[in-house]
Amino acid sequence: MREELHPAIEVVTVALDTGGAEAAVPWIDRAKTTHPALIDAAHLLDELLGIVNVPTGVWIDEQGMLVRPPEPAFPWRARPLPDELLAQLPAITVEQLREAGRMRIDPEAYVAALRDWVANGSRSRFALPPEQVIARSRPRSREASRAAACFELGQHLHRTGHPGDAVPWFREAHRLAPDNWTYKRQAWTLADPLQGATSEYDSDWLTDVRKIGAENYYPPVDL
Amino acid sequence: MITQALDRPPDELERQTGWAVKPQGACRGAVCVPLARPFDLSDLGRRLGMELVHDERHGLWALGPESGARALHSAELPRIVLPDRNGEDFELRSLRGTKVCMIAWASW
Repeated sequence: MREELHPAIEVVTVALDTGGAEAAVPWIDRAKTTHPALIDAAHLLDELLGIVNVPTGVWIDEQGMLVRPPEPAFPWRARPLPDELLAQLPAITVEQLREAGRMRIDPEAYVAALRDWVANGSRSRFALPPEQVIARSRPRSREASRAAACFELGQHLHRTGHPGDAVPWFREAHRLAPDNWTYKRQAWTLADPLQGATSEYDSDWLTDVRKIGAENYYPPVDL
Repeated sequence: MITQALDRPPDELERQTGWAVKPQGACRGAVCVPLARPFDLSDLGRRLGMELVHDERHGLWALGPESGARALHSAELPRIVLPDRNGEDFELRSLRGTKVCMIAWASW
């Protein structure tokens, strides 16, 4: 997508990874990125913009104004893996992929909207005025504020060599903000890279996705 | 924002929230909210709806973002400086003059 639209637009990717460069760089290198590929080990963007899952896109115009708030951003639809490849994967990953296949995403519409904005700028119907950008960003309750503080403490303790002490703070963040998948997936991954059931947490990716229904995992994008 | 002291504002307060502590109180743009004197972070948190949590064992405090409104208080991109894959800081504002599609992703 970047190759098609650049230089009319620049793509910037930001890895939200408590593991920092160690976690993100192998992926960045595998993708052979030519765009700015940044790493946000402190999950600063979550707090600044209200990001609660990935992938999430934000559009910024030439004046540095957001013209679309954080929203699910899929540049393409993943193709189903062939059976012979699925047979080599752990059972939990196969189950996760099955649920992921039921998620409601619309990459074609998202990319078409992006192309329209690139071509038409502020005249594009997909470029929102500031008041709509703000109104469409997530509401932030006291519980959400407290969850953010708890998550930050958890991250800080994990990064400074106290992973056991981080867990109660991650758990509290999950309790306070149960719809924040970034908090959950990040913490689950630190306990089990496959985000399966662990003794540290009462929940895991498959259980929680099935609880809400995979089709509700990403909110519909209101283009 | 992580801090070990309640008697002074965290270093990142202004950069992350836009609120700066001045003699007249906590100010963002033309709006100023009076603060107790001497400065007390829990007072600032209470007045701005920023939740404060404490980890007694490690002597740490964490201040959450403002509550009671939307995650974005302005459509202007806040100052964001993050390292790239080589550890070099990159400031998003350096892309002014160009449309940007920023995609947050994760390895997990």
